Amino acid sequence: MSAIHPPSERVWWKHPLDRVEGTWILISFIWCLVMFGMMVGWHIWGKQNLSTETYKTTPEKFSAKTQAMVDKYTVRTETADKIPVVAPPAGSDVYLIARLWSFWPILELEKGKTYRLHLTSMDYNHGFSLQPANINVQVVPGYEHVLKITPNQAGTYSVVCNEFCGINHHAMVSRIYVK
Amino acid sequence: MSATTYRTCPRSGLQFEASAEKLMIINAVTAVVALLVGGILAIGVVLTRWPAVHWLDADTFYMVLTAHGIDMLIFWIIFFEVAVLYFCSSTLLRCRLATPKLAWAAYVLMLVGAVMNNVAVFQGGSSVMMTSYVPMMASSWFYLGLILFAVGALIACFIFFGTLVIAKRDKTYQGSVPLVTFGAITAAIIAVFTITSGAIILIPTWLMSLGVVQSVDALVYRTIWWAFGHSSQQINVAAHISIWYAVAAIAFGAKPMSERVSRMAFLLYILFLQLASAHHLLADPGVSTAWKVVNTSYFMYFAVLASMIHGLTIPGAIEVAQRAKGYNNGLFEWLRKAPWGNPVFSGMFIALIGFGFLGGISGVMMGTEQLNMIIHNTIYVPGHFHATVVVGTTLSFMALTYFLIPVLFRREMIAPTLAKWQPYLFGFSMYFFCLVMMGAGTLGVSRRHWDMAFSGAAMAYEWPGAAYLMMGLVGMSGVAAIAGGAIYIYVTVGSLLWGKKLDQGAVSEKFTPIPPTAPTVVAQSYGSAGFTAPGTFALAMVFLVAFVLYYFVNWKYLSTLWGLA
Repeated sequence: MSAIHPPSERVWWKHPLDRVEGTWILISFIWCLVMFGMMVGWHIWGKQNLSTETYKTTPEKFSAKTQAMVDKYTVRTETADKIPVVAPPAGSDVYLIARLWSFWPILELEKGKTYRLHLTSMDYNHGFSLQPANINVQVVPGYEHVLKITPNQAGTYSVVCNEFCGINHHAMVSRIYVK
Repeated sequence: MSATTYRTCPRSGLQFEASAEKLMIINAVTAVVALLVGGILAIGVVLTRWPAVHWLDADTFYMVLTAHGIDMLIFWIIFFEVAVLYFCSSTLLRCRLATPKLAWAAYVLMLVGAVMNNVAVFQGGSSVMMTSYVPMMASSWFYLGLILFAVGALIACFIFFGTLVIAKRDKTYQGSVPLVTFGAITAAIIAVFTITSGAIILIPTWLMSLGVVQSVDALVYRTIWWAFGHSSQQINVAAHISIWYAVAAIAFGAKPMSERVSRMAFLLYILFLQLASAHHLLADPGVSTAWKVVNTSYFMYFAVLASMIHGLTIPGAIEVAQRAKGYNNGLFEWLRKAPWGNPVFSGMFIALIGFGFLGGISGVMMGTEQLNMIIHNTIYVPGHFHATVVVGTTLSFMALTYFLIPVLFRREMIAPTLAKWQPYLFGFSMYFFCLVMMGAGTLGVSRRHWDMAFSGAAMAYEWPGAAYLMMGLVGMSGVAAIAGGAIYIYVTVGSLLWGKKLDQGAVSEKFTPIPPTAPTVVAQSYGSAGFTAPGTFALAMVFLVAFVLYYFVNWKYLSTLWGLA
């Protein structure tokens, strides 16, 4: 009778298809393939693909590597906490620690140059939300995520933590300078 | 076997078995209580995120947000879904419910779990958000509450399956189960997968909170938790789409255009919907690109295909039924002459349009591997899921409730005029709420964030003025939507308490089987006369154009970002 009754036709699977349905299924299916193709194609032709290079790490190991970078390339310090501003050479490995409730250190990069940005968290999950460019990446403790980044515009960028990490989550915000 | 009775509702012709009826009532009423609690909490959430108001302090805000998420997404929806499962088995198949005593035990487990979890959250030590990502820990009672609730819900699913077996054995119907029951089976199968995933990850986390287990890996937690967290929303999709088919049948006597197409679409859900837990891991380290691409697209978007099919066939079925009644002028007379004053229909139709245009399109956009980077953890995400879970699921449940008040609860609805306007107020303010949230998210505003002004931070970021404007509008439309929700609760609870009692109808010791209908020529040619639903097809093309445009606009936006490889 209707959708709340058993089908009145016992062999309902032989019911002929209406052209409205048939056409729509075909169009939808083609659109689904286009969307699937876009995602695959962007890996070939697109310039914004999130790297999946990942290593297991520990807070000690990652801190040591970050400290080595800071010792070598610090150009100045900023804010009352004297957070080092680090200007590593183009093409190098740069490290950014996320922890309750700050990012460390501040990076200073060059426009058009490519860097290998290593991200991890010392404690809880954090978010790496680059503003106003609006690039958002999850930062997971125990995992070192290596992104190849190429800043395309000079300016002062903010890094906002956008994964809830406790009471001072709203104050967890830092900067990246691009010259 | 315990004696039971069957009553035939004089208003709908549906047959209710006594024990199933009581269980449906108690589960639905508990759901509405959860909605009430979640709705009160919503006031705190929107009035804090409205920058000019910024009401609650940070720790209260995070506590309220945690409770709001869990009470709405888990307790309100799943209690109601249990009632829907019992309805789609016992009532639609006109049989007794399997093991009613066990069904009561399942209900008690769910209730105890829900209360335990809420108490844990309101004690303040468990503001970990609904997702409770390790290593951030809540109190052990938080996890135990969720586990008990899940076990109860799992038992309810198996009672539903058992009831199907009883109907088959007692021959209460002939041929295949109704399409709506088929959709409920889809929901229940997904629920079993979902709840099992939840148990796999929440049990070790509970043991960790007790100190028995040393640690749970943060990434493994995220991967398995989302097999629970996302799939539980797929239960809702299957459930509310079943309700849409049911409402089309109840309000119009509409038959599915083609049983084959609609059931195939549900089958695609069973096969592919669960892959979508990958949506939450697209910005994560450690998972390979191939894994992300295959899973996030439900293996080539087969579940999206299924939703696009339902999105056509449900209004299509209504159109065919309306045209058969003579509303044949032009493309849209069938729609203009629909019963827009009946909240059962208007609620369902507003839910369908909002779910497709707002929830569906945004969901596919953000589930695209690369595009996810521009919205991950921004307030775009709650914008999307309020369009799916609130406009889609919650509004559908509200519409069904208006049908159930006279039929199941046997009460005359109080304040019918309020009820008539409620879907419009609630639905349209939620449309707007979702849109401005997505707008703010496109500008990067974070979700789950107490203060967009970053008070106390040395290097605060200044969001653009438009972001502040959008968040202000989120606050205002949120308040309007909460008022709409309050009207629903007033009408529902008020009708139960003060509504005029209605005749319960004839009671019998024995069930009356569903009479078989002879396959007539009309039945065999129904909905297949050529191009039977042109108006629906036109609407579907509008949807497609919106979808394609929005999809490519976001690729354009992505292409302007920093190079990433």
